Amino acid sequence: MTTDPSATPPRNTRTIKVDYLARVEGEGAMHLSVRDGRVDDVRLKIFEPPRFFEAFMRGRHFREAPDITARICGICPVAYQMSSCHAMESAAGVRVTGQLRELRRLLYCGEWIESHGLHVFMLHAPDFLGYPSAIEMAKDHREVVEMGLKLKKIGNDIGNVLGGREIHPVNVKVGGFYKVPSKRDFAQLAEDLKWAADAAEKTIRWTAELPFPDFEQDYELVSLSHPDEYPMNEGRLVSNCGLDIAIAEYEEHFQEEHVPYTNALQSVHLGHGAYFVGPMARFALNFEKLTPRCRAVAREVGLEASCRNPFRGIIVRSVELLYACEEALRILAQYEPPEASSVEVDASGGTGSGCTEAPRGLLYHRYSVDENGDIAEAKIVPPTSQNQKTIENDLRRLVPDFLHLDDEGLQWQCEQAIRNYDPCISCATHFLKIHREDAPA
Amino acid sequence: MSTATEKPKLAVWKFASCDGCQLSLLDCEDELLAVADAIEIANFAEATRRVVDGPYELSLVEGSITTAHDAERIRQVRAQSKFLVTIGACATAGGIQALRNWRDVAEMASVVYASPEVLETLATSTPISDHVPVDFELRGCPVNKKQLVEVVLAFLHRRKPLVSAHSVCLECKLRGNPCVMVAHGAPCLGPVTQAGCGAICPAYNRACFGCYGPMESPNTAALSAQWSAMGVPDRDIMRAYRSYNGYASPFREESDKHDH
Repeated sequence: MTTDPSATPPRNTRTIKVDYLARVEGEGAMHLSVRDGRVDDVRLKIFEPPRFFEAFMRGRHFREAPDITARICGICPVAYQMSSCHAMESAAGVRVTGQLRELRRLLYCGEWIESHGLHVFMLHAPDFLGYPSAIEMAKDHREVVEMGLKLKKIGNDIGNVLGGREIHPVNVKVGGFYKVPSKRDFAQLAEDLKWAADAAEKTIRWTAELPFPDFEQDYELVSLSHPDEYPMNEGRLVSNCGLDIAIAEYEEHFQEEHVPYTNALQSVHLGHGAYFVGPMARFALNFEKLTPRCRAVAREVGLEASCRNPFRGIIVRSVELLYACEEALRILAQYEPPEASSVEVDASGGTGSGCTEAPRGLLYHRYSVDENGDIAEAKIVPPTSQNQKTIENDLRRLVPDFLHLDDEGLQWQCEQAIRNYDPCISCATHFLKIHREDAPA
Repeated sequence: MSTATEKPKLAVWKFASCDGCQLSLLDCEDELLAVADAIEIANFAEATRRVVDGPYELSLVEGSITTAHDAERIRQVRAQSKFLVTIGACATAGGIQALRNWRDVAEMASVVYASPEVLETLATSTPISDHVPVDFELRGCPVNKKQLVEVVLAFLHRRKPLVSAHSVCLECKLRGNPCVMVAHGAPCLGPVTQAGCGAICPAYNRACFGCYGPMESPNTAALSAQWSAMGVPDRDIMRAYRSYNGYASPFREESDKHDH
C-alpha cells in the first residue's frame, strides 16, 4: 500500500484492489493495474459463492420456479417471478392478458419503486455528496433521505398488498395470482402513489443538480421494446445498433462466458461484444413510451434519450421512479378485479423462454420441462452478468482521468462507477477496499 | 461492551444468500433513522462503505456456509461478536442452496459453469450453527422485519426476544383464515411450520410452503400421512419438505423418508 501517485515517476505500475465492494447487493471486488497512466488490467471479481440454481432446479416442478428463483435475489424477487412465469407460459403456449397482465405490471411497478428508491437514495446519492452512507447523509440532508425512505416504502406497499409481502412475495403463480385484491384493498395505495409521483418528480430535479463527471461513452444499449408501453414484462429485444429479435432468439445472439477470476458468467452480444442493460438503455430506446410528464421533466432538467453518461443514470432511474408511480396510478384507476385469479397453464413437455426488465436490466430465463412437469433444464441470465464487461470497460476508460487522486479518492471514484450499474452481485454474485502497490516498471 | 457515552456496535455479515434478510433492515423505513441514532452501524456493507473495527455488541449473520473461506470467516465473526444472531433460512438451515447436499456438487457445477474446476466451493451448504455457537436463530425466507427489530432490541436490552415457536396454524386462527387443507384440500405445511410470517399464504388462498422452517417438535409423520391420504404423491411430499429449510433436521429426515 502506497504512495502518493503524483509523486511517483510515470513508468510505475499501480495496482488497485478493492476487496469488498460496499452498497451493492452481493459480494464483489475490483482489481485494477495501471502502467504508464494506462489501465493494464481490470477485473470485476465476483466472489459471491455460487449457489447453483440452474443445477438444483432440475427435477423440481415447473410450478415451483417463481418461488425458487425469487430466492436468487432479495432486491428484485418480482423480476425472477415474472421472467420464470413468462417462460413457463411460453412453454405451455398460454398468454396471460387483461387485468391479470395489468396486476403483474403493477407488482413490477412496486419493485421498480422499491429498488430504484433504494438505489437512488441509499446506495448511489451518498457517492455524489461524499457520504459513506445514506445514514450519514441524513445528518445533513434529512428531508431528502426521509423522502426516499417514504418512496421506497410505497413501492414495498404495492408488494405487500398485491404480493403478500415485499421480499419474496407469495401471491405470484404460473398463470397469474393465487388471489386478486379487491378495489378496496388498493384505496390507500392510490392516495399514497399521488404523493409518490410528486416526490419522484422532486427526485428527478434533485438528482439533476448533483455533480457529474464528463464521461459520455459509446455503448450498445439493449432493452425490451413494446409497441404500446414502456417495457416491463413483454416485447422484442432491441438495441441502438440494429438488434431487433424475439425473446426466443436471445441465445442465438447473446452468449455467456465463464471467466476464471469470477463466479459470475459474463455475457457478450455475439459479433458485437460488451453491451449495456438497465434504466439508461430502456430510457434511450423507449423514450417516446414514457408518460408526457416524465418526458417533460426529463427534458426540463436536460436529460435526453441520447444520454450516454452512466453517472447520470441516477437521473434516469429517478425518471423511471416517476414513470412507475404514474403507471401504477393508471392501473389502479382502471382496475376491475378479474373473475379468475389465474389461468390454467401446463408447461409439461414444453420449452419456453421469458425475458423481463428487472430494475437493473434484462433478466432472461429458459426452461425445458419434461412430460411429468419436472424441470429438465434451466438457464438464467441476470442483468449484472450482462453489464459486467461494460462495467470493466468503464473502469478502463475512467481511471486514466483520475490518476491525480489519492488512493481513497481513486477508490471511491471507481466504486461510484461500479454503482452506476446498481449491480446486484447476489444475482450474478459486495464492495471495495483498495490496496495500491507502486513499483518501478 | 457499550458505555453510557458509546453506542453499541451492530455488524451485519453476508454469506451465501440472496441479500433479502439484510435488506429487511433497510426496509424498516419508519424505524431506520431512529435505530441509527440509538446504535452504531459499524459494519454493514450493503448500506455503507464505512467500516468500524470490532468487537461488536451484536452481529446479524445472513447466509449459509458453502466455501472453506467462509467457514473460516464465520469463526472470525464469532470471535469479534458478543452476540451472534442468524437471520433467515440460509443462515439458520442452509437455505435453498442446501439442495446440493443431496447431489454431487461437481456435477452441479458443470451444469452452470464451463470451467467448474476454478470454482472454490464445498460439497454442502450448512447453517451457521454447524460452525460456531449461535445466540439466537431468527427464522424465515425472508425474515419478518418486525421480528427482526424485536430481536435487535431484545439483544441490546439484554432480554429474551419475543418470538413464538408455535405453528402457522395458530396464526391462521388468529387471522381468521379458513383452513386451506380442510376447506380446499390443499397440501399445507402450516401444521409443522413455525409461525412468524403472519400466515400470509393461507390468507392469499395458498397452502403454506414452509419458508419459516420446522416448528418446535413438529409431527411431520402425521402430516405426511394426511397428505398421502389426500393423494399427494411421495415425490411431491419429498419436494415440499426439501425446499428453503430442507436441511433443517425434521424436514430433512421427513423428506428422506419419501425419497425413493
